[in-house]
Amino acid sequence: MTKEEKYLLARWAMEHAVKNGAQQASVIISDNRSNSIEVREQKIDRLEQFNQNSMSIRLFVDNKYSSHSTNRLKKEELAGFIEEAIAATRYLSEDEFRSLPDPELYYKGGGPDLKTTDENFEGIDPQAKIDAAFALENEAYGKDHRIISVTASYYDGRSGRVMVTSNGFEGDTDNTYYGLSASVSVKGENARPESYWSENAVFYNQLKKSGIGEIALKRALKKLGQEKIGSARLSMIVENRSAANLLNPLISALNGSSIQQKQSFLMDKLGEKVASEKLFLSDDPFIVSGRGSRLFDNEGLAAKKRVVFDKGVLKTYFIDTYYGKKLDMEPTSGGTSNLVFETGQKNLNQLIASLDKGILVTGFNGGNCNASTGDYSYGIDGFLIEKGKIVKPVAEMNITGNMKDLWMNVVELGNDVNTNSSWLTPSILFKDVDFSGI
Amino acid sequence: MECPEFFKSLNDFNMIVTRRNFIKTGSAAVAGSMILPPFIQSCRKIPISPNVKNYLDHFEVTTEMLQKVIAAAMSKGGHYADLFFEHKITNNLGLEDGKVNQAFSNIDYGIGIRVLKGDQTGFAYSEEVSMEAMLNAAHMAASIANHPQKFNPDDLYEKTPADYYRISRRWNDVSVKDKVPFVQKVNDKVFSFDNKVIKVNAFLGDESSTVLFYNSEGKITYDFRPMMRFGAVCVMEKNGRIENAYSARSYRKGFECMTETLIDEVAREAIDKTNILFEAGKPKAGEMPVVLGAGGSGILLHEAIGHTFEADFNRKGTSIFSDKLNKKVAENFINIIDDGTLPYDRGALNIDDEGNEVKKTYLVKDGILNSYIHDKISADYYQVEPTGNGRRESFRYVPIPRMRSTYMEPGPHKKEDIIAEVDYGVYVDNFTNGQVQIGAGDFTFFVKSGYLIEKGKLTKPIKDVNIIGNGPKALADIRMAADDFKADNGTWTCGKDGQSVPVTLGLPTVLVKKLTVGGSNA
Repeated sequence: MTKEEKYLLARWAMEHAVKNGAQQASVIISDNRSNSIEVREQKIDRLEQFNQNSMSIRLFVDNKYSSHSTNRLKKEELAGFIEEAIAATRYLSEDEFRSLPDPELYYKGGGPDLKTTDENFEGIDPQAKIDAAFALENEAYGKDHRIISVTASYYDGRSGRVMVTSNGFEGDTDNTYYGLSASVSVKGENARPESYWSENAVFYNQLKKSGIGEIALKRALKKLGQEKIGSARLSMIVENRSAANLLNPLISALNGSSIQQKQSFLMDKLGEKVASEKLFLSDDPFIVSGRGSRLFDNEGLAAKKRVVFDKGVLKTYFIDTYYGKKLDMEPTSGGTSNLVFETGQKNLNQLIASLDKGILVTGFNGGNCNASTGDYSYGIDGFLIEKGKIVKPVAEMNITGNMKDLWMNVVELGNDVNTNSSWLTPSILFKDVDFSGI
Repeated sequence: MECPEFFKSLNDFNMIVTRRNFIKTGSAAVAGSMILPPFIQSCRKIPISPNVKNYLDHFEVTTEMLQKVIAAAMSKGGHYADLFFEHKITNNLGLEDGKVNQAFSNIDYGIGIRVLKGDQTGFAYSEEVSMEAMLNAAHMAASIANHPQKFNPDDLYEKTPADYYRISRRWNDVSVKDKVPFVQKVNDKVFSFDNKVIKVNAFLGDESSTVLFYNSEGKITYDFRPMMRFGAVCVMEKNGRIENAYSARSYRKGFECMTETLIDEVAREAIDKTNILFEAGKPKAGEMPVVLGAGGSGILLHEAIGHTFEADFNRKGTSIFSDKLNKKVAENFINIIDDGTLPYDRGALNIDDEGNEVKKTYLVKDGILNSYIHDKISADYYQVEPTGNGRRESFRYVPIPRMRSTYMEPGPHKKEDIIAEVDYGVYVDNFTNGQVQIGAGDFTFFVKSGYLIEKGKLTKPIKDVNIIGNGPKALADIRMAADDFKADNGTWTCGKDGQSVPVTLGLPTVLVKKLTVGGSNA
């Protein structure tokens, strides 16, 4: 569908809902196209192509609320779908807090070009994509006698969306992405450790196309000889790409729904110091080609840059229109865009060199966090550090504690931001973390 | 997108807010009714049953169309191709702050076309089931191969699916009006049981999936797959402290399964699971004996053994169990099964997503590794009969080897004797999620609550600790298994390669000699 076709269909669906009993409605029409190529053993292992269309509609009927989606987009069918959805909504209980956003808060145009679309998406030679995947495989394939399996993948996609609401919002987004990844398994004495590496980009010509297979191989070989070590309270460096796992419970705790439903360990903490003063974090929707960049959010609210933590002091929650009303707070946005840290001076090696004893965490294995209390426990992958050097890979270890203590115990942030994600995490050094091993 | 293939996860805490939004309204007029008059259609003189005819009509296709699409899929030299039609209607009703005030629904419809050449796969799907769209997708999937060939479709033959989940009241025929009271009642019940309750989130979700399958060998089969899930999150406050817990049940059942008993069961469990948390602390960090209580502890099998037995990993040599087929991996009394045939079970299937018969598969028989978990590609590779484990999240994905219901048969011991064996350790029976690294064999599961064992007795409650172990070691370290087998019918969802499928678990009480328990070093 072209953008214009999507707008026409979205407006028609919105109007159909309003004509048939909804006081307000919001419609999103989206299409997602993607390709992926996986190679293994010097052959294409899997070729996949996707093309997904959908309409989703939010209905506000007599103070009652429901939302629906379908990939059956013929008007004759959609008409019945919407009418039935309205009829079903009437059986629900009233909810005085449900409504579309205040139109004053909508994005009204005139924002900067965030460069989220590679207009040449359709023009890229399919053979070049296949070649890129094979090139990665060849960086590792046959390069070491301990290799069991090398898999390399290329993927790309484009997703276009238009959104129309009955109180005056119209907006569209168009995002492209490209990625390459490699995973390598190697044989050790008792285990077959594997590792993985990837790069992605918004523009094809900005995608890093070499070195990925080589890094995956190096990382897998480094894991050979994994050993379990004794339980101890130690310093912990979490590598930049893994730091998001520990940031996630902290950000979830700032969500309007968690706050209002009393499933957050950061309720009633606005303006209080809840983390180390090393923690300065902002939510910045306007980074050019950022993975989470946007001019408006899922409700159409105009995007704004906001400080989340200022020297450890909590400055904002992530609140959408519904929970804003329930909590009697101004809506900010229901979710993050790009999370940006104020980084430190050292790279990962310098952080490692600064430790007398500690553990470098390079990956997580399961675990969870209690949203109400912040109690967490996670399995980890990583390396023992002694006297500023990596000594050996560790196996079968957990970290356990409370999120509030963990983030109070941030000692230093690295300067090595992971730009492959909308959460731009550097490596982070924490002190006094409980590790369990032998 | 960035999730490495070898991190597998399982999650029981997957509630109202998921990637998709659902509902379905009163009467089922959306995309054709399933109830059609019997009719015999013949194709190449092979009679097609009224069942097949109903499914063909549902997707508005004929056997001739299927044969043309398969011929296109095979036209570039594939050795096998299959078509998977699916129409899925999903609904969810949600309660928050005392009122059933949100409903979601989703309709998903389309056809996935897969072409195999050796162990190479070409795959494309279409959301439109027109001849033009299907041929387009077939040509795309065909391009995994590059030696044009003329393909003459075989005669059709019908594979009759099993009948593990016959229901009397289809969800698509049930109005929102009739579902609302159950969600309201579970909320009211949780509040009435305990005055510490401050919030409840409750939900009733259902899914009805209509599936039609046809492959290049001429096999045609079909299934109608109902699913329901019903549960509540309970939040309590005591002396300024807040805790929450989740309880739910899920089955391939129809609306007839909604009863007062079910409401009571869910409400009571949500209360009990939350209450224990206020008394709970953390154990000492480190290795110790772990007694896994009957039921949800089956997560041990899913993570420690199940994923690493999936034959795609073993075929590629990446699993830690790759060289252990027919070898002794556990004590003689241990029998571990992956079973797709349990009536009304969340993991049951009448036919798998590659049209193969679903079996009860012994993974470990009398302590010996007996079988991997196979899809078509791996069964061909190992030259064994498929086990019926080829599953896919939807028509948008390729089938891969997946678990169904994974459990251990009862053992010779008694629960009391098992606990009495332990001097210092933990007893665990309530879990939220787990994960495994296929090659290293390290697996984890998160314990929501349990108890310390001191000098052979359960003492203080514990909570929120992760347990980590190594698959082959843990399997060999199972020293005792009791006679008290219990299945867990929670909302377990298993993730692999970005695809989610419903599964279940079960275990008798079991003693594992040692695992590493998260805790404090203070």
